Parts: sequence; C-alpha cells; structure tokens
Amino acid sequence: MNIINTKHNSNSSESISNRSFNKKIVKELRLKITQYSQGGRPEVVIRHQKRGKLLARDRIEELIDSDTPFLEFSPLAANGLYDDEVPSAGIVTGIGVVHNREVMIIANDATVKGGTYYPLTVKKHLRAQEVAQENNLPCIYLVDSGGAFLPMQDEVFPDKEHFGRIFYNQAQMSAQGIPQIAVVMGSCTAGGAYVPAMSDETIIVKEQGTIFLAGPPLVKAATGEEVNSEELGGAEVHTRKSGVADHYAMNDSHAIEIARDIISNLNREPKFKLDISEPEEPQYNPEELYEIIPEDSRQPYDVREVIARLVDGSKFHEFKANYGPTVVCGFARIMGYPIGIIANNGVLFSESSLKSTHFIEMCCQRKIPIVFLQNIVGFMVGKDYEAGGIAKDGAKMVMAVSNAKVPKFTVVIGGSFGAGNYGMCGRAYQPRQLWMWPNARISVMGGEQAADVLATIKQDQMGKQGKSLNKSQIKKVRDPILEKYEVEGNPYYSTARLWDDGVIDPLDTRMILALGLSTSLNKSIDNSNFGVFRM
Amino acid sequence: MFTKILVANRGEIACRIIKACQEMRIKTVAIYSNIDSESPHVMMADESVEIGPANPLESYLNFDKVINAAKETNSEAIHPGYGFLSENGEFAQYVIDSGLIFIGPDPETIRLMGDKAESKKKMIDAGVPTIPGNHGELSGNIDAIARDIGYPLMVKAAAGGGGKGMRVVFSPEELESAIDAAKNEARNSFGNDTLILEKFLDSPRHIEVQILGDNHGNIIHLFERECSIQRRHQKIIEESPSPAINNKIRKMMGDAAIKAAKVANYKNAGTVEFLYQNGNFYFLEMNTRLQVEHGVTEMVCGIDIVKWQIKIAYGEDLTLSQKDIKQRGHSIECRIYAEDPSRNFLPTPGIVHKLILPEGPGVRNDVGISEGQEVTSAYDPLLAKLVVWDSDRNSAIDRMDNALANFVILGLITNQPFLRDIMQNKYFQKCSFSTKFVDEHYANWTHPVIPVELMVAALLGTKSSSSALVQKSTRDPHSPWSSKGGWRLGN
Repeated sequence: MNIINTKHNSNSSESISNRSFNKKIVKELRLKITQYSQGGRPEVVIRHQKRGKLLARDRIEELIDSDTPFLEFSPLAANGLYDDEVPSAGIVTGIGVVHNREVMIIANDATVKGGTYYPLTVKKHLRAQEVAQENNLPCIYLVDSGGAFLPMQDEVFPDKEHFGRIFYNQAQMSAQGIPQIAVVMGSCTAGGAYVPAMSDETIIVKEQGTIFLAGPPLVKAATGEEVNSEELGGAEVHTRKSGVADHYAMNDSHAIEIARDIISNLNREPKFKLDISEPEEPQYNPEELYEIIPEDSRQPYDVREVIARLVDGSKFHEFKANYGPTVVCGFARIMGYPIGIIANNGVLFSESSLKSTHFIEMCCQRKIPIVFLQNIVGFMVGKDYEAGGIAKDGAKMVMAVSNAKVPKFTVVIGGSFGAGNYGMCGRAYQPRQLWMWPNARISVMGGEQAADVLATIKQDQMGKQGKSLNKSQIKKVRDPILEKYEVEGNPYYSTARLWDDGVIDPLDTRMILALGLSTSLNKSIDNSNFGVFRM
Repeated sequence: MFTKILVANRGEIACRIIKACQEMRIKTVAIYSNIDSESPHVMMADESVEIGPANPLESYLNFDKVINAAKETNSEAIHPGYGFLSENGEFAQYVIDSGLIFIGPDPETIRLMGDKAESKKKMIDAGVPTIPGNHGELSGNIDAIARDIGYPLMVKAAAGGGGKGMRVVFSPEELESAIDAAKNEARNSFGNDTLILEKFLDSPRHIEVQILGDNHGNIIHLFERECSIQRRHQKIIEESPSPAINNKIRKMMGDAAIKAAKVANYKNAGTVEFLYQNGNFYFLEMNTRLQVEHGVTEMVCGIDIVKWQIKIAYGEDLTLSQKDIKQRGHSIECRIYAEDPSRNFLPTPGIVHKLILPEGPGVRNDVGISEGQEVTSAYDPLLAKLVVWDSDRNSAIDRMDNALANFVILGLITNQPFLRDIMQNKYFQKCSFSTKFVDEHYANWTHPVIPVELMVAALLGTKSSSSALVQKSTRDPHSPWSSKGGWRLGN
C-alpha cells in the first residue's frame, strides 16, 4: 500500500508558530481536565474519604484490570455551567476492561452536590447508556446519588430524555442480553432506588449503601413512623429481607471485587471478526500534528498530512483521488483495525458528495468501520451549484451516512459548520463516538458569515424604508453576533453541553479511535439498507 | 535580605540558583522563551514570565524584556547565571540604571576584563605573570628578544587569527626563516606584516582560581580548579584540587589571583584563569561571573558560592577570611552534553524519554532537564552536571565512573559513555594530560558496541514484563485494551 508523501517542513515559521499555539491549547486542555477531575470541594472530598468511602475515580481504578486503559467520556461536561459547581456534571462515565472484557462504567460522584442529577448529569448518564447499548457493553453502575436535583426538577424529571429514561434503557438492555450490574455504595433514594432494583445483579455495601423509595424524613412526614436509614434500606434489610440487593459487601473494595467476579461469569459471546493485522506505528512522527494544525481553522492545508500521522505505517489506499478532490476518501488501518476514512480537504461540491456516498456504500458492503475527519465550512453555494443539484447530491451523502450500519467515528479536527456537519456524520448522525480537537469550532455557520447575513438583512430592511446603515451601525449589528459565535463555537462550550464525547489532545486521537474500534467489535455489524437516493 | 530575585537564565544553572534562593527563603522569578514553557526552571520558580520566542536575541538576550519581567514581578535583583547576559557590561549598567541590583561585579570591571589587550596590560603592571612576549613593533635585536622570552616560542601576526601567519620556533637557527615566512603569510592574509613573539606552551594545563570579593574591598580565593580536559576549546571535566601543582605553586597562584582581582576592583564571584606548564603559570583571562564548574570548589571548600553571590550583592560583608578556607578531599565534575563524541561532538537534539540520576554518598546532580522534555538545538546542549566528592583523587575517579554507569538518559545521544572512557583512561588516572588530551587520545572515538545478547535480553525483559501484567485477548489479538498499559484521557 502507498505511504503518504509528506510536504511538511518542521522548521518553517508556520510550523513553529503552529506548534507553539497547539502545545499551548493542549496544555490548557490538560490543565482543565486535571482541574475538573478533582471532584467536589476539598473539604467534601475529605469528609467522603473519612467515612471509609473511595472517590468515584478511585473506585473505577480498582474496578478495571490493572495497567489497562480507561476511556472516559466528557470529563469537562458542565464546565462553565451551574456556577461551575458541578465538575464533570457530577458523574464519571467511560469504558474500561474488567476481566479482559470491555464494560461501560457509570459512577456517581457523591462529592459533587451529593451526586444529585442535574440536567447534564442525566444527559451524560443517558449518553453512556447509549454507547453501551450501541456497542453491546455490560453496564456497571457505581451508585452513590441523592437522586434528582430538586430545584431543577422541571429540566430533570418529566421529559422523554430525562431521569425516567435511565430505567427504560436498563430494561431495554437487560432484554437485549446486555448485563446490568449495580453496586450500591451510597444512597439510592426515590427514583435512584430503581437503578439497583432494575439491575440484573446488585451489590450493596454495609453501612454505606441504602436503597429506599422515601428517606426517613419523608417517611416521618407521611406516616409518623420514626426510622433510621440503615434500618429503612441498608445492606442487612435488602440482602436478608427484601431481596432488593443480592450481594452483601463489607466495604467499597469488597463490593468492587464482587462486581469483578460477576463480570468474569457472564459468558459473553466472542467479538465480531474483522480482518485485523499486526499494528504499526505511523511512519511520520505524530507530534508533527502540532505543527500541521493551523491556528485559524479557516486556513487550508492538506488533510493527508493529518491522516499520515494517524494511520498504521502512514499507509493509505486512496479512492478516487482525482475526482471531487475536496474530500479525501480511502482505506487504512489504525492499530491493526481496517477503516475507511472520509476527510475534508475544502468545501463540499456535488462531486465530493457523490464520491463520499459511493465510498460509504462500499464500506457498508465490506463491513469496514468509517472514520470521519471533519473540517468543513459547508456545501458549495451559488446559482450554478444550486442549478447543478448540490442539494440533492448533499442529500445523497446525508442519506448514506444516516443509514450506514457500520461503526462510525467522528473527529472534529477543525471547523464544523452548517450542513457540512450533517454530511460528515455530526452528532445527530449517531457516530459511535464523536471527539473534538481543542482547535475545533462548531456552529450553524461561521461567525463572519452569520454576521454578514444579519447585517445584509438589516440593510435590506432599512433600504425598504429609504434609509441605510453607516459603518458604525453595521459594526453594532455584527459585533455581538461575532462574539456570540466565538463563545458558542468554542469546543469547551460544546463539550460542556455534551455535543461531543470530549475534547482530546490530537496526539491521543489514534489511541482513542483504536479503543473505540476494538470496543465496537462487541456488536456484530449489520447489513445497511439505504433509503431512496434522489437522482 | 532580598525578598525576590529574577533569574535571567535557563537550564541547570537557573535551577541551581533558584534552589539557593529557596534555601534562603527568597522568592524567585523565572523567565522563559515559548519553547521552554515546561522546563524545570519554570516549574521550580515561584513565578515565571514568558519573554518571547526561542531565538535568544528576542528573549534571553533582550535587555528590555528581561528588565520588564523583573519590574512586572517586583523583583529587586537579577542573577544572570553564566552565558547569555552574564558578562555584558552594558546590561549590568542597564540593570543598575533601572533601579535594580545586578548580582555580579561592577559594569566597569566586566568591561575591563572583556578587553583582552587592556586587561593583560593591567596584569603586567600589577605584577601578575602573563605569557612572556614582546609588545608593539618587533624591532632591534630580534635574537636577543627571542632569547629573553625563551624557546620554544611562537611567531604570530599581530592582526592574526585562525592559525594564519603563525610559526612555532624551537631553536635560534630556525628563527630567521620562520620570521620571513610568517611575514609573507601575514602580509598576504591580513595586509599587515607586523609580528609579535610569544612564549609557546606546547602542552599547557588550564588551571583557574575561584575568587570571592565583597563590596568593601575584602577579597579571598577558594583555591584552584583543573579544567584541562576540553573538547573544541570547551571544558568537559573539571576537578579540584589540581593534581598538577604542589602547595607552593598553589599558594603563588592564589596570591596572583587575588592580586589580579584587586587590580580590577573585583566584587562578587569571579574566576582568574591561568595556563600552567613546567612549574610556571601565566594569566589567561578573568571570567566575571559564576562558572559552570563552580560545584567542584563548593564540594572541596564546603562553601555555597551562589549564596555568597547573593549575600554580597545585598551588601553583606564577606565574613570568611583566607585562613578559614581549606581544601578537603577531591571533587570531579563531568558535564553531560547532548552531543555525539564520535561525530566531532555535534549536538544531538531529541526528547528525554527516561532520566534516572545516580545517587549515593558524595554524588551531586545539577540538572536542567526532565523526562518528556525536548532538547532543541536552540540552546547550549548541556543537560546536567554530575559532581562527585571523595577523600582522594583515585576514589573520586572510581566514584565518578560508577555514578556515570548509573546515569540513565534515554531518547537522545549523550557523551556519557565518552566520559566513562576518560575515567578509565590510565593517562587521566595518572594525571598525565594537558589541554590537548582529547585530541591526543580520542581522535577516532566510537560508541561502545552493545553485545547482541544484552539487547536480546533487554527486549525479552520488556516483552515478558508487559505480557505478564495483562492477559491478552484471544478474541481481539492486538487489542489496545490489553497492549497499551494504563492510558488515560487527558494525561
């Protein structure tokens, strides 16, 4: 297979300034992740530990096999929201291996607002369940939560994708044979009581775990009965009398050991087989990605330089290189797994859309997972292109992406604007995972374009009244729009709201994709049926 | 005492100075260029200021950026370390004019010692021995002048350089023809046939004396360092005391160094460099700053030179007198450079993947790098200084050899095996060397060959340990879940 030729020069002034910029933003990213991974306020953390309880992330470390990866989702969820008091949205989710088997772990962080569910906590929990369901991963819930965050009950409780959906998902997965395991390490009150109750197998920790529909204060108010929480819903009650829990654990570590034993006895079916080969490092130094990624996402560069630093041996079998060159399609491998890559190299034209559609159909026929490297300003606009049917050709690509049943992975490596986001498998198109680089930007259109559009509309309105806007008035219209798009297009704004699965160091992309690919093999790849392609 | 000092340097020396400040409970400010943002000196300091791009002219050498950083952070004094701005009289003046204190000698002293001809003249006037030679036009009875200087001698062009117009003369018979030839060459090369005669030292040793002076005229010396092991005219191994001189010469050299320092009205730490051969020593130049190799003097004298620099700059008296200073035991320093001794000591940039420093009694590491750091070609490739102390020279050599063997740095080529070879060289061990030592013994040095058996064993070691930890998945043979260790997002 061809090794990608590089034209990159590490010593050019552009490379040097890109490197310093990208290293800076990656450093910021790492700092943020470290900061938001600390959990709640220090005094709360100390109190939690003094009670003999492990921290959420330490519980996970004990649960997974030693010296193996943990792929955490959205550690920066809720950053900048809720007065910045709910780091990681108070819940840690991610994929790890237990007894050599990938599992989804969902752990409440009781040091953050008692582990209560804010709207984004719910969203993050549901997203983790979605990933588990799509990839056929057993779920382990490390429960330590006060239930819904009551002051925001209208955004947490009633709607379809709210609190109730957690239990609906548990029921669905259990029915599909995806094991649901709960470890009760703290309180599970009211709705929260259904997490262990809906699980296939449940462990409860002595004197720490409690499960009840109503806590002692509510019981007293309702019936006048006085009871403490251990008597009401502790480990003794539930393992000896009620049968709500199955295993009695002496402490957190013991509970985790039991959970590991449960996983080792699951009798999971073998993974789906792909044509896997011996992994190879890229021929070019991945560190050079820092020199290649431009500071300004609008600045063009050859995306093959990125591919060359992500794939095994930098080998790439390109498809239709001469046709529709603003999108690059081709086959490669990441850590041995075969993939198809669709990567933007400019604006999408009719030809590039048709080429992508053709390529997606091939990947689906051959059952090869697809990686989308998204850096797209949108589809081409203008009289000639509309007349040439750009809308129907774009629609073909969207049709193909939507119905492709192979595992899809999206990495936003630059801009993600407008309908380009759709064609390139944005969040709505159900990629198994979607990651963003810290230099990425996402919005319905670029800030400049949005500002121009609104200024033009304003001009036209004024024109009808026989007036016109002067420069400073135009600036007044444009500036707030530019600012809004700058703020809202930022990857941290995105990741706070779970529009992605996390912001990542570009150098981690290869590892993350490989972990995702390996995980996806837990579910067989179905045949894809496409709808009507408008011709 | 000062409450805050800005350290206008990087690498190991910045770390060394920051450490001294930390022990003195003085806050420190590091400055750094954008490629140094994660360097150890930045991590160690209380505060840090980015002062520009990698090019030193736009960062570490830029007067205004350094001074502005000091002012922004309310620093009271600036320690220049060595290299960069340390011997720049204009900078020292600028520091003073900006209302800050320069930790080093007066600007006039720096300027005087920077002018080689002028400083030599001052030394002659003060009675400090310099390399014998004639001054001004070569005229009159040349044979008599030559006899006074003594053979062998060197005929060289006054305007010269680069070996052009130079002739070594071993006996009076060769003198005339040598002068004619040198004249011709000098005229052709420099358009000026003025010649000078100077004593030729065919195998000199480089020995220098450490000086400390306060602002009140007290000056002492901290004895000598032997720095003859050099490559490309730069020292790589230094030791104290010098094995080449006896106590009589040691005393004469120390006295001469104090004399030289007094002439220059010297304040703070400085070094008087001499060339030594056959019982005679000659003033070479004076370095008006902290030396790279100050550590060996600290080890044998038990004195922290950097702390004294700071105390003196603050105006404190030098409370040490010459009779307090004793040399005890023997100390050796090896400079660990990112360079390849097999390829003419070419710098070898790269990333430090693994760093394990030797430890044990009498072992000191002055280090300016950390794991994961990139060593670029933008700056001096000095990575670390390994210093040992022991009761005598032979024990110190053994201790150094052992420490070098336990010095692990992976990811780039260093001169570490070369330094070990020197420790095991019998001429080095017998003190039989001059500044030409490296050229004489190591012109064709190559890296030691690692036996295949050893590499296979190492490979097997890493293989078995990684597979022992994690059970491989048979369902997904190369799964990154089992082959990539404890990877974490964002770490």
